[in-house]
Amino acid sequence: MRPNDRKYTETHEWVKNEGETMLIGITDFAVSELSNGNEGDLVYCDLPESGRILEAGQTFGEIESVKAVSDLNCPVAGEVLDINPTIEDHLEVLSKDPWGQGWLIRIKPTLKSLDHLMSAEEYEKFISQPH
Amino acid sequence: MKDTPLREVHERLGAKMVEFGGWYMPVQYGPILEEVQCVRTKAGLFDLSHMGRVNVKGPDTLRYLERICTNHVGKIPLGSIRYSLFCRADGNPIDDLLVYRGSDEVYLVVNASNTAVDLAWMREHAQGFDVVIDDLSDAQAMIALQGQVSTQVMQPLCEGIDLSKLGYYKFGFGTFCGLRNTRISRTGYTGEQGFEVYVPAKEGARCWNALAQAGAPQGVKPIGLGARDTLRLEAGMPLYGHEIDATHNPIEAGLSFGVSFAPEKGDWIGRTPLEALSKAPKRQLVGIKTDGPRVPRQGYKLFQGAREIGYVVSGSVSPTLSTNIGTCYVPVGVGTSGESCELDIKGKRQPASFCALPFFSRTRK
Repeated sequence: MRPNDRKYTETHEWVKNEGETMLIGITDFAVSELSNGNEGDLVYCDLPESGRILEAGQTFGEIESVKAVSDLNCPVAGEVLDINPTIEDHLEVLSKDPWGQGWLIRIKPTLKSLDHLMSAEEYEKFISQPH
Repeated sequence: MKDTPLREVHERLGAKMVEFGGWYMPVQYGPILEEVQCVRTKAGLFDLSHMGRVNVKGPDTLRYLERICTNHVGKIPLGSIRYSLFCRADGNPIDDLLVYRGSDEVYLVVNASNTAVDLAWMREHAQGFDVVIDDLSDAQAMIALQGQVSTQVMQPLCEGIDLSKLGYYKFGFGTFCGLRNTRISRTGYTGEQGFEVYVPAKEGARCWNALAQAGAPQGVKPIGLGARDTLRLEAGMPLYGHEIDATHNPIEAGLSFGVSFAPEKGDWIGRTPLEALSKAPKRQLVGIKTDGPRVPRQGYKLFQGAREIGYVVSGSVSPTLSTNIGTCYVPVGVGTSGESCELDIKGKRQPASFCALPFFSRTRK
């Protein structure tokens, strides 16, 4: 079971409400699809500058593996407060701990509602279906 | 989506399977970069049963193939293989292929994704020629063993053919895994010494397992299409849909060795525009290496300062060169080895520099 303290998107991001701010990352499923379980297959993660204003659904960065590049999409509107400084040189944290150490950005959301996103249970149902 | 005769073998090996050119194929069994290194240092086993295999025979075989192929088929020695292309009247390729010159037949190996188009085009242009075109693609499995230990792994499974005497781009027939009269060629798409073998579809799994078992002590592993793409790019080999396609001709792709303007070949489809291009090419295919983590990808634009100078057609992480590599089209006169350029990746610039092709050559190393 994936953490139920956060919500999920169909593009495999998670967002966790931490009071005034929200943390955004990608799921273990996304990491596994990109790297096929080999952390060395991840080569680059492009993250935004602090201060950037994002719309809900807007692409805020890219993650690149040996064979593919995927967009990172922001589930909620807000301002980027911080990016995870560890990611650039230690992409392996995405494989090791996508829920904690592998967070990507911290935002100050415009609206705090996450009702439009999936619960952990709904997300698991979503990824178990063929796409 | 079609399955090769080896689908169950791949699934048992835990391969990640993807759709490729209408086929359900293994993209990787483990880390792609480790698969590349396995082929470069030992050897790897590839299921290539998706490739199209077409046999042409009949009294007009050579005359017919001279008409539809870019290379001089009549000049290929018996038992030898040459690279060629099929081109449209405008000189742009329909596909590229290997031509195996036999004594009473010519055997062609074409790309999986183009096989149906190739066959339709071949049949259309066969009118007026006394030839028989047989599509053997579904009847045969095709397996490659590529890498330095390939001869020693494969020879014990063969009788009546000495693989150490089979020259580069030559083929022969021998008994392989007990199957008599099996076609074996010293060809490949990796830049390594290796072989490709053609067996009846129902024998595919048994032959694969025999090669895997014989190779296991030498470190031979199954290799997916992901690593295959990196291996071919490192070795400077073109891929249809990237270096060549309906808008990228063989002359500018640097494939003139597969195109013959010899008078005795006669007129062939695409000859006139390609001969004109060979005297005045406008662009050329060059290599780049990046100075940074981003990987060149097909479609990325190439700049020198504010000036857009070209675009990427293939790219990959290269474990052999320990950098990221790509092939790009630039105007003739641009892209001297060592010259700097920049890749544009969604508005961000990645420094790179031009380099000679191929990126990797076993013989030139």
